[in-house]
Amino acid sequence: MNNKSRILAIGVVIVALVLVIRLFFLQIIDTEYKISAENNAYKYITIYPVRGLILDRNGNILVSNRNSYDIMVTPVDLQPFDTAALCRIFSIEKEFVREKMAEYKKNRRRIGYQSVVFLKQVTEQEYGIFLEQIYKFPGFSATSKSIRDYPYNAGANLFGYTTEVSDEFLQKNPSYRMGDYVGASGLELSYESVLKGEKGYTIMQRDVHNRILSPLAEGAYDKPAIPGKNIVTTIDGELQQYGEYLMQNKVGSIVAIEPASGEILSLISSPGIEISKIANISRYYNEIINDPYKPMFNRAVMSAYPPGSVFKIVNGLIGLQEGVISESSQYPCRGGYYYTPTRILRCHAHRSPLDFPHAIMMSCNAYFCYVLKEILENPLYENMDESFAKWRSYVESMGFGEKLGSDFPAELGGTLPTAETYNEIYGKGSWRTSTIISLSIGQGEIGTTPLHLANLAAIIANRGYFYTPHLVKSIPDSTISERFTERRYTAIDSGYFDPVVEGMYMAVNSKPGSGGTASRARVKGLEICGKTGTAQNPHGKDNAVFICFAPKDEPKIAVAVYLENAGFGGTWAAPIASLLVEKYLTGEISRPELEKYMAESNLIEAAKLYKRE
Amino acid sequence: MKSYYRKLDWWLIICYLMLVITGWLNIYSSIYTEEHSSILDFSQRYGMQFIWILSALAIAAVIIFVITPKVYSVLSPGIYLIVLALLAAVLFLGKEVNGSNSWFVLGPVRFQPAELSKISTSLLLAYIMSRHNFRLANLRDALLTAAVIFIPMALIILEKETGSALVYMGFVFMLYREGLNGWLLAFGFAFILLFITTLAFSPLTSIIIAFAIAAVLNGAFSRQTIKQSLIAAPVAVLLAYLPAIVSGRRFEFLSGTEVEYIAVIILIPIVATAVIYGIKKRFRHTKFMAVSFACAILFIFSVNFIFDNILQPHQRARIENLLGIEEDLKGSGYNVHQSKIAIGSGGFLGKGFLNGTQTKYDFVPEQSTDFIFCTIGEEHGFVGSVIVIFLYSSLIIRIIVLSERQKNNFVRIYGYCIACCFFMHFFINIGMTMGIVPVIGIPLPFLSYGGSSLWSFTAMLFIFIRLDLERWR
Repeated sequence: MNNKSRILAIGVVIVALVLVIRLFFLQIIDTEYKISAENNAYKYITIYPVRGLILDRNGNILVSNRNSYDIMVTPVDLQPFDTAALCRIFSIEKEFVREKMAEYKKNRRRIGYQSVVFLKQVTEQEYGIFLEQIYKFPGFSATSKSIRDYPYNAGANLFGYTTEVSDEFLQKNPSYRMGDYVGASGLELSYESVLKGEKGYTIMQRDVHNRILSPLAEGAYDKPAIPGKNIVTTIDGELQQYGEYLMQNKVGSIVAIEPASGEILSLISSPGIEISKIANISRYYNEIINDPYKPMFNRAVMSAYPPGSVFKIVNGLIGLQEGVISESSQYPCRGGYYYTPTRILRCHAHRSPLDFPHAIMMSCNAYFCYVLKEILENPLYENMDESFAKWRSYVESMGFGEKLGSDFPAELGGTLPTAETYNEIYGKGSWRTSTIISLSIGQGEIGTTPLHLANLAAIIANRGYFYTPHLVKSIPDSTISERFTERRYTAIDSGYFDPVVEGMYMAVNSKPGSGGTASRARVKGLEICGKTGTAQNPHGKDNAVFICFAPKDEPKIAVAVYLENAGFGGTWAAPIASLLVEKYLTGEISRPELEKYMAESNLIEAAKLYKRE
Repeated sequence: MKSYYRKLDWWLIICYLMLVITGWLNIYSSIYTEEHSSILDFSQRYGMQFIWILSALAIAAVIIFVITPKVYSVLSPGIYLIVLALLAAVLFLGKEVNGSNSWFVLGPVRFQPAELSKISTSLLLAYIMSRHNFRLANLRDALLTAAVIFIPMALIILEKETGSALVYMGFVFMLYREGLNGWLLAFGFAFILLFITTLAFSPLTSIIIAFAIAAVLNGAFSRQTIKQSLIAAPVAVLLAYLPAIVSGRRFEFLSGTEVEYIAVIILIPIVATAVIYGIKKRFRHTKFMAVSFACAILFIFSVNFIFDNILQPHQRARIENLLGIEEDLKGSGYNVHQSKIAIGSGGFLGKGFLNGTQTKYDFVPEQSTDFIFCTIGEEHGFVGSVIVIFLYSSLIIRIIVLSERQKNNFVRIYGYCIACCFFMHFFINIGMTMGIVPVIGIPLPFLSYGGSSLWSFTAMLFIFIRLDLERWR
């Protein structure tokens, strides 16, 4: 052996020693790997916690739980079985079983010794028959899991649904495991961390043949599941159900708020997801997603609708606050408002001229065109940009143009133009009041959600401030977010609300024939104050809008009703709102024939299906 | 005939048989199920492996008794070219198996030309390098040698069998034996080391290591190792604290707890005197060392570039995982993590034959092929694993020892070639199962399941045993 070959031989010995030393560390010194191996040899059986309940403001259960049975398979334990017998129990196709088996075989590496779901949510009867015959199907097992149950036939869009976690979600949230359920929309999503609870487990030992033997140390190391916490919502279950009953076969929404607290009493989007489908959403998901009326789309908090005449209140309040008009200012109406010598914004027939409360009561278009003109052409401001910015800041202070910040996850902010918007459309300096005159009556570049409008009603009811609308009243062991208990003042002084309230009171309660636009909303003794709106919809018939609150002093409820393609606000939206108010305030209905007519009218046929984002 | 038997190298043959039988039993254990409990059940891999073993023994017998050893040297260029043609053909005609394009599939039989190529390349290397006028220092000869190694290697890389190609790097040890400058080898290793430290720690760590290596080598050349190291050590320490010194972070004179900073302050005058001493003495080779050091620095800073831009994402993931930069136990680190758990859970004596829990439930993928060592580690523990390592090292060392005894250069060089191949497979495969080498999918010779690899390693070894016999003629 020469020098070099000796070096090489020594090299081989050194490498062998390195490997031996590494082995020594792995097998003798390090205990970490032995523990890991034990983890692999024990079977952790997950105990699922019960998801927290959702209660309404009066303590009624809105969302609870019931048992559901899943059939599981542990592919490594499978032995040949009677496929036909299995198919009979669950009335499934043989092809389905075959596909499943092929799938397990393909993924056997990934599945390892784990159990996977074979069939989801079988009926209690099927479950019972299966348990009797389970000995025929080695490798199969059944687990019961708690799923959602809905005692009230209402509020599906509001509560949202739970769904099995997706791969994407798992990657972002490592604390969840495959097969877990998680809130995917609505309150289930907003309050997931409160509702979900904590999983527990039982440790079972297994032997080399992968047979499960017994609980480890008689359960000494087991961890019990901690149930999720209940949440008490601001919703009134009865009212929610009643609202949904009135809204059947109509496209639109209702939002009702308690003005003194900002608590949402009901939030209805129609057509919504049927409550019977939401517990088993995965089965109906495609059907729901392909429904042309988009039941998943929560109109109440997502749609940006033109507010229509309801918005006149906002312009009127700004005019009063800015001092450009007063309660007694009168403007003529010559069948409309000539914003150029030849072009007219039409108005309906009513006496003229009117003062401010009567203009609200009769909803005169011309009056509010003058108001907007006075605001925007106020000599105090140098140019349109400046006066428009001022106008916008008032509107914004009433919550428009941005999300109100409720605890509803899908809430959107609507739209509110800026001077910049018009500069882009028309060029800087080349737009005037006449260019944007439709804003005076709530048309044009403005979009508001029904939640915004209900909030406007609440502002008027409170004479100048609001609480951020919210859905959750209390959660055990924690306090409600501060942003829901803080008054948010608008930029309008409370004194300017009186003429508005006066006008809204007259709109509903004045004598028939005197020109009130919302006399159909009148309920004796309730002192409802309201404002109608009939917003142009470029897709078919006009949208009917109505906001109101009641009673006039110390209001208990503020409501906004928005119906797509229904026609006049006074004809459709006002009665529905008044029925809701009546139901809430008195608990009974004094006009059963009106209720029947409203609930049974079908306006969905007229609703034009246009593409929503 | 009797003497013929006696002269066969039984040491190698016994090592071989023990490894093959160990492999078979462990394949049986790693995929054992109760319904196929016979080790001769031919529907299972262990049954098939029995057939592969019998046929491998037949091949061995043919090599020993039938084929004249003369053919190996005479036909080596022809064999080499045929195998090259197969390597090229498989690129177009081959079937894709597990993401690599290197298999011929003829009905039930699968065959990988890359396995044969190790033998043909070894033979051709032995052939050209044993010619009487061959000098490795001669540029033409050196280029020819390089071409013989790199052409099949390149084709194998094209087949996406990077692991097999890496085995060819092992021939560098044979070249070292045949006259390659040892320093070149040392530099090669130094650069690999720097590559790893740069990625695993930081460029600064690598600079310090490069500096230390340069200083030690410079000392070794000028035969003043101790003095040079005395100078280098404080400089290295100083460098190590450079970031802290430059940023001034927490560097307050005698602030109390920071002992190492005080040490640095004491070291500064020592370093200064040492540097002055070094310059005065004007050591030889210092220039060469300075240039190498500069190259090393350049290399260190290009490593990040190589890593981010040249390596494939999965290769990056494997290296990152190995170096512990990003430990992804469910993704690219899954195999190794599970394999380490399996080996680690074996303990001193193991869980016993057929009693492994980790390897049985498919926790470890590829357990009967590339990760067969896990089964041994889990079921036979430290003792069993050390025996296997011992068998391999004795096999390799025995080949080296026998090669040195050859009068015929052809046989010696061939012997070194196959020793290198066995060594690379042995080190990479076992190192991979224990997480000290990245996951490179190459089999453990004689133990892993698979006919094509067992046949070719058997042929490789028995050609050498037959050639060794010629010594006695």
